[in-house]
Amino acid sequence: MDDDARKSIELQLPTRLGFEKVAMNTAESVARMMGFADERIEDLKTAIAEACINAMEHGNKLDETLSVGVVLSMDADKLEVKVHDKGSGPQAHTAAPDIDKKMHEEEGARGMGMFLIESLVDEVEWVSSPRSGSYARMVIRLHPNEEAEAIVLEQKDAETRE
Amino acid sequence: MAEKTTQARVEEVQSASGAPVTVLRYTGDITSASKAAVLGTYQGLPAGTKRILLDFSGVDYLNSSGIALVIQLMIAASKGGQIVQTFGLKPHFIKVFTMVGLTRYTTLHPDEKTACAAFTA
Repeated sequence: MDDDARKSIELQLPTRLGFEKVAMNTAESVARMMGFADERIEDLKTAIAEACINAMEHGNKLDETLSVGVVLSMDADKLEVKVHDKGSGPQAHTAAPDIDKKMHEEEGARGMGMFLIESLVDEVEWVSSPRSGSYARMVIRLHPNEEAEAIVLEQKDAETRE
Repeated sequence: MAEKTTQARVEEVQSASGAPVTVLRYTGDITSASKAAVLGTYQGLPAGTKRILLDFSGVDYLNSSGIALVIQLMIAASKGGQIVQTFGLKPHFIKVFTMVGLTRYTTLHPDEKTACAAFTA
């Protein structure tokens, strides 16, 4: 794919549980065309599914008159996905689930979606915009290790120069 | 788009030592809509059930709401002194179960034979 040829695909999903699979399947096709490995594609599918479910349940409060927007933007080395809803965004950062607390019923069995998203993609942000709606932005990179190594090398280079 | 309805089938097999093992075989999607299949089927097991084997080999899609139902099943089983072993998860869901910590409460086996052999009591 040409570096300058950034391309986007947009979906509008009904706010109805189950339709997140349309976004998953689209993302799978796009990621496969871009050359992502199967394991990364599965990570992406789960992250997108959880973001869409959050948007439907918490953002749009299961109001079927509202839709969930999904925008997939392809770059040469990464795929960015934004999932939009009409809510005001997450109220607070969700802590990692504590399975011991769940098993002892000290915290609810649910509440793992944001944790899974954060764990499965390379970059994530939650943008709250009460007036125009909110979105989750996720990025997966084709070569995440190479980028991380490049950052470490740059840091070492900078330290050497000092 | 309709979700693939979860089906749960109950079977009885024997562990390596000959003890009865109750297998819950799931097919379809496991999501928030799967409460009856996951928890209802579990709750319908006969009193005295001691060894439970969860078979996910027919499950293609499992989301966090579905995992929450599995956790609720595990909580009930733990309260009842039951032992739960698991097999048949796709590699990605083995990763997800491990990430959320479920492997502290059930072992994820590669196949039914290995899972049955793990019931030592």
